[in-house]
Amino acid sequence: MNNIIEHYRGEHAATKDRLPGAGLDWLDTSRDAALTIFGEKGFPARGMEDWKYTNVRPIEKRPFRLARETASDAAIDTRLCGDMACHRIVFVDGRYSRHLSEPGNPSAPITVKDLHTALLEDADTLEAHLGKIADVSRNGFSALNMALMNDGACISIADNAVPERPIHLMFLSSGKEEITSQTRILVMAGAGSQATIIESYHSATGNVYFNNITTEIRVAADASVEHYKLQHESNKAFHIATLHVEQARDSTFTSFSVSMGAQLARNDINIWMNDEGANCDLYGLYMADGRQHTDFHTRIDHASPHCNSREIYKGILDGHARAVFNGQVHIHPDAQKSAAEQTNNNLLLSRNAEVDTKPQLEIHADDVTASHGATIGQLDDNMIFYLRSRGLDYHTAHALLVYGFAHDIVEKMTIEPLRHHLQATLAGRIPGLDRPHELASGG
Amino acid sequence: MLEIKDLHVSVDGKEILKGLNLSVDAGQVHAIMGPNGAGKSTLSYVLSGREGYHVTDGSVTYKGRDLLAMETDERACEGIFLAFQYPVEIPGVNSSYFLKAAVNARRRYRGEPEMNAMEFMKLTKEKMQVVEMKQELLARSVNEGFSGGEKKRNEIFQMAVLEPELTILDETDSGLDIDALRIVAGGVNALRNEQRSMIVVTHYQRLLDYIRPDHVHVLADGIIVKSGDEKLALELEEKGYSWLEKSA
Repeated sequence: MNNIIEHYRGEHAATKDRLPGAGLDWLDTSRDAALTIFGEKGFPARGMEDWKYTNVRPIEKRPFRLARETASDAAIDTRLCGDMACHRIVFVDGRYSRHLSEPGNPSAPITVKDLHTALLEDADTLEAHLGKIADVSRNGFSALNMALMNDGACISIADNAVPERPIHLMFLSSGKEEITSQTRILVMAGAGSQATIIESYHSATGNVYFNNITTEIRVAADASVEHYKLQHESNKAFHIATLHVEQARDSTFTSFSVSMGAQLARNDINIWMNDEGANCDLYGLYMADGRQHTDFHTRIDHASPHCNSREIYKGILDGHARAVFNGQVHIHPDAQKSAAEQTNNNLLLSRNAEVDTKPQLEIHADDVTASHGATIGQLDDNMIFYLRSRGLDYHTAHALLVYGFAHDIVEKMTIEPLRHHLQATLAGRIPGLDRPHELASGG
Repeated sequence: MLEIKDLHVSVDGKEILKGLNLSVDAGQVHAIMGPNGAGKSTLSYVLSGREGYHVTDGSVTYKGRDLLAMETDERACEGIFLAFQYPVEIPGVNSSYFLKAAVNARRRYRGEPEMNAMEFMKLTKEKMQVVEMKQELLARSVNEGFSGGEKKRNEIFQMAVLEPELTILDETDSGLDIDALRIVAGGVNALRNEQRSMIVVTHYQRLLDYIRPDHVHVLADGIIVKSGDEKLALELEEKGYSWLEKSA
């Protein structure tokens, strides 16, 4: 453990003069403080309740390094989601690539900047907002991200602005030596605005790297933000991501989180509904095979009355894969008339796959409606028989039912190219699924 | 077409069919009637190849081949269709996609070219009219949220599209009101011809007012205890099953 802490101290020392915002006193101080916290905490130990089922020792064993320069020739098609019209900002090995990005001249009501540029041009705004929702002392990953954040994006949407196109932050891994990216994303959606933000993670090769991401999203009053996170990392990668959202009065936040890749993927999603009338919907889909491990920890705080939350997470596990779902909902003492719904359904395709699912509802108000349900099951023999009795062979029947299990999450995606992209991804992961796009024609 | 000889079937170690004999020729409609628990559904399932139904003795020959040696989907491709008593809801699987896959599975099996989207649309449009089914149901997940009557109509619609040679209707009349019954029966009758055979499994005679059988058999306690023509069904309606069970 001490060695790895020394290693990251060394990374900080070697790169600090070139990290985004270097020389800004407030930021240098924050980074130093975070490094101290990381030194004290290290990476989470399995004794910690939140990390009971997820062992991060393998991350500790490798001295991942921050990329020192921007790769220029990532062999990845950046039109991954079709020809979707969007403001696309591309990062390679965690560093902004001006060459691959197509910001598409976002007009005045929205600004999309890489972290270096944002800290140069809007230092005061960032000082006021960066790290204000995320808690640096939450755990070692949060602290490490603050200390070393080496790039990322800052998105600002003016009051009442409704950008036509989504903003897509695309993170590519080039396949170079063992790289870590400490990515930081800040989104500020002004009052009455409406925006769609996509974070996607891809790899050119099946190599080992470590992505540690912290995303903060502030949703002002009456604003509506849809956030998509598509994790298609290499099957050897480590992916640790924490999303913090703070919602103001009558705001809406929708999250789609798809976790397909990585040998170890951990997603923490924290929603704080700060004022009355806020509404949040969280949808998730995870698929894991082989020895993959995927872990979702979500926490929704109903801190005010009259807020609604809905959460649907689905998982498909094969091989020796393991999944963890922990869904916390906290309804605070004054949060009367809260409504919270949560479901987590898991499909096990192998005897050796395993799921630990735990809903945790803490209700401190009396006039609320809250429900939760979790299931773990196999494919239904009746359904297989029905499909086969019409002439479909076993593999096709199997594939259709696996797809059908995931379908209601796919169907809720409002952006068509993303829906098609996810269907194609599913088809790639489910052998025997023919012409997946035709599956989309109904509900 | 179908020759069942001395068929013994057990489910969970309990013998349900105890030496059933039945011979169905091309173009014929046979009604199988009987009280609850006689083995009617077991017969339907064993013919369509459901798991868990163990044939302990006897044989089933279909078009000269050993039916029991075939997988469920192979039987379907060979022209056997089971209209389910309780059609299964399949969330997330689009009806149209599923049915097109079924049509093309048969075509591939027979070495015929696959049907394209346009041809398939035309076919389904035509067949939906036969059972007065709403087009929008085809855009939904298979049977999901369908009413009881819609599910049964969907079975007959699938049958009409797949044009099976041997159809087994398992209690298709249960849960249908008289209008729905007439529509469903109309769909079945539209498909009758001298090549196609049907086994109509039912508890009640009323379906047979609409789908008129060539032969009627009474199944009780795992064997056929009486066979006759249409008049037998009327007799059963009048007297119930108890007199037969006693005589058996």
